[in-house]
Amino acid sequence: MGSEHGPRSAPHRSETTLRVNGKPHTLTVDHRRVLLDVLREDLDLTGAKKGCDHGQCGACTVLVDGRRVNSCLLLAVALDGSDVTTVEGLSGDGEDPHPLQRAFLDRDAFQCGYCTPGQICSALGALAEAESGHPSHVTDPGAPSGRPVALDRDEIRERLSGNLCRCGAYPRIVDAVQDVTGTGST
Amino acid sequence: MTAVGAPAERREGREKVTGTARYAAEQPLPGRLFARPVPAAIVRGRVTDVDDTAALALPGVVTVLTYRNAPRLAPADDATLSVLQDPEVPNRGWFVALVVADSPEAARAGAAAVRVTCAEEAHDVTLTAAHPRAYVPEKVSGTFPGLRELGDPDGAFADAAVRIDAGYRVPPLHNHPMEPHASTAHWDGERLTVHASSQGTTAVRAALSTMFGLSNERITVVAEHVGGGFGSKGTPRPDVVLAAMATWHTGRPVTVVFPRRMLPTSVGHRATTLHRLRLGADSDGRLTSLVHEVTTYSSRIKEFVEYAAIPSRIMYAAPNLRSLHRVVRLDVPTPSWMRAPGEAPGMYALESAMDELAGALGIDPVELRIRNEPDTEPDSGKPFSSRHLVECLREGARRFGWSARDPRPRTHPAGPLLFGTGVAAATYPVQARPSRAAARALPDGSFLVEVNAADIGTGARTVLAQIAADALEVPLERVGIRVGNSDLPPAPLAGDSAGTASWGWAVHEACTALAARLAERQGRLPEEGLEARADTKGTADAESPFARHAFGAHFAEVSVDTVTGEVRVRRLLGVYAAGRILNPRTARSQFVGGMTMGLGMALTEGSTLDTASGDFTESDLAAYHVPAHADVPDIEAHWIDEHDPHLNPVGGKGIGEIGIVGTPAAIGNAVHHATGVRFRELPLTPDRVLTGLLEAPQHPARADRPTG
Repeated sequence: MGSEHGPRSAPHRSETTLRVNGKPHTLTVDHRRVLLDVLREDLDLTGAKKGCDHGQCGACTVLVDGRRVNSCLLLAVALDGSDVTTVEGLSGDGEDPHPLQRAFLDRDAFQCGYCTPGQICSALGALAEAESGHPSHVTDPGAPSGRPVALDRDEIRERLSGNLCRCGAYPRIVDAVQDVTGTGST
Repeated sequence: MTAVGAPAERREGREKVTGTARYAAEQPLPGRLFARPVPAAIVRGRVTDVDDTAALALPGVVTVLTYRNAPRLAPADDATLSVLQDPEVPNRGWFVALVVADSPEAARAGAAAVRVTCAEEAHDVTLTAAHPRAYVPEKVSGTFPGLRELGDPDGAFADAAVRIDAGYRVPPLHNHPMEPHASTAHWDGERLTVHASSQGTTAVRAALSTMFGLSNERITVVAEHVGGGFGSKGTPRPDVVLAAMATWHTGRPVTVVFPRRMLPTSVGHRATTLHRLRLGADSDGRLTSLVHEVTTYSSRIKEFVEYAAIPSRIMYAAPNLRSLHRVVRLDVPTPSWMRAPGEAPGMYALESAMDELAGALGIDPVELRIRNEPDTEPDSGKPFSSRHLVECLREGARRFGWSARDPRPRTHPAGPLLFGTGVAAATYPVQARPSRAAARALPDGSFLVEVNAADIGTGARTVLAQIAADALEVPLERVGIRVGNSDLPPAPLAGDSAGTASWGWAVHEACTALAARLAERQGRLPEEGLEARADTKGTADAESPFARHAFGAHFAEVSVDTVTGEVRVRRLLGVYAAGRILNPRTARSQFVGGMTMGLGMALTEGSTLDTASGDFTESDLAAYHVPAHADVPDIEAHWIDEHDPHLNPVGGKGIGEIGIVGTPAAIGNAVHHATGVRFRELPLTPDRVLTGLLEAPQHPARADRPTG
């Protein structure tokens, strides 16, 4: 199908170039298509998950130009030229998983695994935000502005609260994130 | 060292953390189509017209299925699966059309363009304890009588020295696994293959076989990875039927993913339960009467009863005992299983009432439970195969620091915050179902075990390999395992906390038989290896002379903000007696996960059936609040060594559900201890708590007098 029915119903598409996990992809995308569906349906990168399609669960979290985003809320056509990193791209070309992925395995920080790629991408985004001095709701208001924020357990919980986990792996996710920040205990 | 009992890492862990684990919708088949259902916008009535002209004119829309053109299917055992077969609309959200298109975007636009006209009839979606159409079901959960009565509970209650008579309400709750219900179906020659997000694909295959008139040999249902279910994927759901119908109709692969907002009305939920608890005790705290009466609802098309009075048949030594279910058939979406069906709401009510009784008697709530420990199962009179509730309570009290507690309510203020602690017991039945399994020894020294188990995040693959390794007496790394495919030896669902017992029993038998054959044999194995099979029909489901249940104790510490009404859990601790713990790493995750869902049930999760629209007002994850990271403190789960020879060859009792069971009452009891106000309706959201605090009399410690 997909036949044309005149100007009103013609599909609106544009050419868009995205750099995904280091590789450029030039696609002709339906203007309605969000980044999540480009990743999952056009590029067969199904690590980013569709849990709600409304920005409510965080399962679709990826990094765009280094910042974490809900990829179900971003129209792909508006991202021309962006650099996208998904869970599949975290370990580079190496055999070994990223240290945070390894920490999730060590801590059994997941069960069904459906929220896991989003949790991992979100945590990496949160680490970068804290490093560049972004405060959170639980950051001491007296902390010096612009300095790195140390991530204790309350900070990690607060900053990851956009990523829901119905299996209830939260305490272990906090453990895993602390493992890579070096702030945890054994 | 044995493999069982070791903290083996999840076998599919690496795929899950690197994003390569594929779920039901993630099947990139050539020419694949995407389908989106159209829900009814009335509560009750029938479809009189479907105008699909505008939808079909949209680019990318391939077809619109309705009751007029959808494949005619044989009736299903479960009426909720008979979608697009007739114009009747039994509830809001019932699917009346399916738009099939070449992209998700086109399917969504097409669904929005379908015009459905309905003739609407009067409806009733409102549950009340005095509903005139309430009846006592003959059976609940298939096997248990709806009503059980021992002795003279009313007379004993009237004569009791101390009485509690209280009502509790648990609202509708939604499972909301992170992966929405999804299926991808395609034809492979004469064969129908469906990738389904399911807790058990043997049953999915059977349903498709019945409905589509295909033999089992022509159907394969795959569930390699499942993004949670919590009961809502326990039996086939309409996504499987819709995907199979769409591929049948179009001849092309089709993926159906239910939008999050459609899940509450289409895949089952925990129905509202209204509880009336009457506890009578002598002045030493020994129960003389226990009456637990539950009123709940089901839909017009199916009787499903949330069997919440069942735990009152098990827990305490009350010589006079009545447990009763009443159900009203309403024009509501059909309810179904949600983690610990029956036990979770039932134990919230019973354990809250026990806390009220402890307060009325001036007896420590841990001690009150110990005083009412029965010698045999109260309802059946059967001996327990093992029961270590008292040990769980004592161990939990020790770890939690319970002995330092001042029992008087509202004695721990700190500025605007009030602090309190609470305890509740938990129980969950031990079950096992017949299963088959196969074990094969290969010439290279490895082994392959096959059973159609489902790993929904429990770690089933991992623990079954551990069981196999011990039965074969070989190192764990030499055992391969295949699960999640209906071509494998048939097996029951991942549910009732019985998956590991059921599958593990068959795996143990197959591996034991294979080990015996290998021991008799000499020389090299043939190329195809040597295989042994097992079928536990007749053994796993044999009647037991014992009452078999897991037990646990939950302890919680909360703060209550008197300015905002916000309750926060500061500590949560569980101790379990659940038989042998087969993998402490994955077991702890399941216990903590259950407790987290219990925290949600206590504080954040609640849904509402809107009287006018017949819809749930909390229909998505922005309105229905599952706990988030910031809601969940560090949670402790512990267990005691329990050796029970009357269970199954692997000795486990099942651990997937008991974690949720006592948590809501423990938190509710802690809120009472903090505030002196007894709340009897979940969840304990700020609006409800603040109102309760403001309405409480000047001496809130006296505010907990029982009410009818």
